[in-house]
Amino acid sequence: MELPVISNSGPKAEGGGCASSGCGTAPDALSHLPDHIRAKVQDHPCYSEEAHHYFARMHVAVAPACNIQCNYCNRKYDCSNESRPGVVSELLTPDQAIKKVLAVAAEIPQMTVLGIAGPGDPLANPERTFETFQQLSEKAPDIKLCVSTNGLSLPEHVDEIAKHNIDHVTITINCVDPEIGAKIYPWIYWKNKRIRGVEGAKILIEQQQKGLQMLTERGILVKVNSVLIPGVNDQHLKEVSKIVKEKGAFLHNVMPLIAEPEHGTYYGIMEHPSPTDAELQELQDACAGDMAMMRHCRQCRADAVGLLGEDRGDEFTMDKIDVMDVDYEAAMVRRKVVHDEIIEKLDAKRGIVKPKPDGIPEGSRPVLMAVAGKNGVVAEHFGHAKEFLIYEASPEGVRFISHRKTELYCGGMDSCGDGDVVEDGATESLLDRNIRVLEGCEVVLCSKIGYEPWGKLEAAGIAPNGEHAMEPIEEAVMAVYKEIAATGKLLPAAESLKVA
Amino acid sequence: MALQITESCVNCWACVDVCPNDAIFQDKPHFLIDDMKCTECLGDHADPQCAAICPIEMAIVNELGEFLNPPGSLTGIPIEKLKEFGLWREAA
Repeated sequence: MELPVISNSGPKAEGGGCASSGCGTAPDALSHLPDHIRAKVQDHPCYSEEAHHYFARMHVAVAPACNIQCNYCNRKYDCSNESRPGVVSELLTPDQAIKKVLAVAAEIPQMTVLGIAGPGDPLANPERTFETFQQLSEKAPDIKLCVSTNGLSLPEHVDEIAKHNIDHVTITINCVDPEIGAKIYPWIYWKNKRIRGVEGAKILIEQQQKGLQMLTERGILVKVNSVLIPGVNDQHLKEVSKIVKEKGAFLHNVMPLIAEPEHGTYYGIMEHPSPTDAELQELQDACAGDMAMMRHCRQCRADAVGLLGEDRGDEFTMDKIDVMDVDYEAAMVRRKVVHDEIIEKLDAKRGIVKPKPDGIPEGSRPVLMAVAGKNGVVAEHFGHAKEFLIYEASPEGVRFISHRKTELYCGGMDSCGDGDVVEDGATESLLDRNIRVLEGCEVVLCSKIGYEPWGKLEAAGIAPNGEHAMEPIEEAVMAVYKEIAATGKLLPAAESLKVA
Repeated sequence: MALQITESCVNCWACVDVCPNDAIFQDKPHFLIDDMKCTECLGDHADPQCAAICPIEMAIVNELGEFLNPPGSLTGIPIEKLKEFGLWREAA
């Protein structure tokens, strides 16, 4: 799947309002995104510059083991005073992690994202990592899950990642050249051996690139983190940026090397210089031509809790959590109210006004509609849509539910709109398949539709609608919902009679 | 014959997951190897797996007390630097 990349060249921030230096991704970058991607990132503080002012994240330290060595990392991760990646104060079992997440989510309703980021490599601890995700997706379905990895074991776990509905993966990619890699990674553990130098770096790079591609093919959003190491990969990162963008990564986060002798890392002890703020910015700007850059990263600990840049981990140590009594069902209700308020505020800032469900009789049932949309409007020809965005209209309003992929059955020829060009056999089966993809939807909105699919859709009980071409999706969906409401079909039979 | 874990261990679990004999167990202050179960991976792997994945120098020793990963062997930090930072010690 090809993912559009957010543009940094869009209009500059007005009142983007980030107090810290080094912040400054175009805050409206999200408005360029198709709805289904915007919906995925708008409340993710590590993916959206704007969201990080309002939404919080937490990491649970269930993954201590690692399968590679990086020269900026020291595996003596146990420290309560340092704030940097790879450091935690207490390791958790999956069961402890669940308890902690539920406690934090109940206490901090803005917490929308749970990540597993270490202190080792999450995918080098597959049992502990996936056990945690598995339990969380059952017990806290309103929390987004994400994982970060060095990529070495990524390809073998991509299917499991997709299975647990993990929508966001961060891969740390510092190079695409094994010679440079050998200066960053002294060894990897691979197929029961410790493999050193260029040979090890080459395997790691191949696995990272393969994993990246497999994830983007499955529609999973990938952010790439790179550590800027002056004199080692500083010039090279421009090429990295270009390549990961080509492979479908969605955001590139270039972070400065942290190297202090007291951390005991190779670069620290060897007194390797960290980049200056100016060097970092220059490189981020140079990469920005190829790729959307993230500039609000705070390089947090592998057990951080709270808004980016703050850490409330001390309030949620295991001894404190053990005596907390959490009613998560009740918490979820409070959380939804808080999330909706924030999203509404963000939408208002972006100039998005949600269509109001005025005049819809109370008790009306919700309706699912499929939209052939692009850039927020009903823009695509039915036969050209690579995917349909599924929206739900209800007396509460319109909300985005998911996207469903289709297979193109129309090759794009002029007369294709009438559905009479492509050979019969292939046309038939693909069109039928696409109609099956729309199961559960009552309406399909598109800019235009051919005669043949029109008939088949109607026969399948799905009303084709080409009357809202180029209108904003949510307004179009609400307009159609109101039309259906006016027929009285949204109310249970007895009540609709009463109304009539 | 069996390998042993020293006080350098940071309890990162990496060796536990790769040991073919389930010989490694959690203990305080650090993980330990059950010498009745440890075979040094003979017959299973070319290299003892705990020592092949362990990220900490000096954390695994053989029966002679020799480090399987001596100082500097994993990080590449020169001996004189390790000494300067108090990170070097002689085998038992």
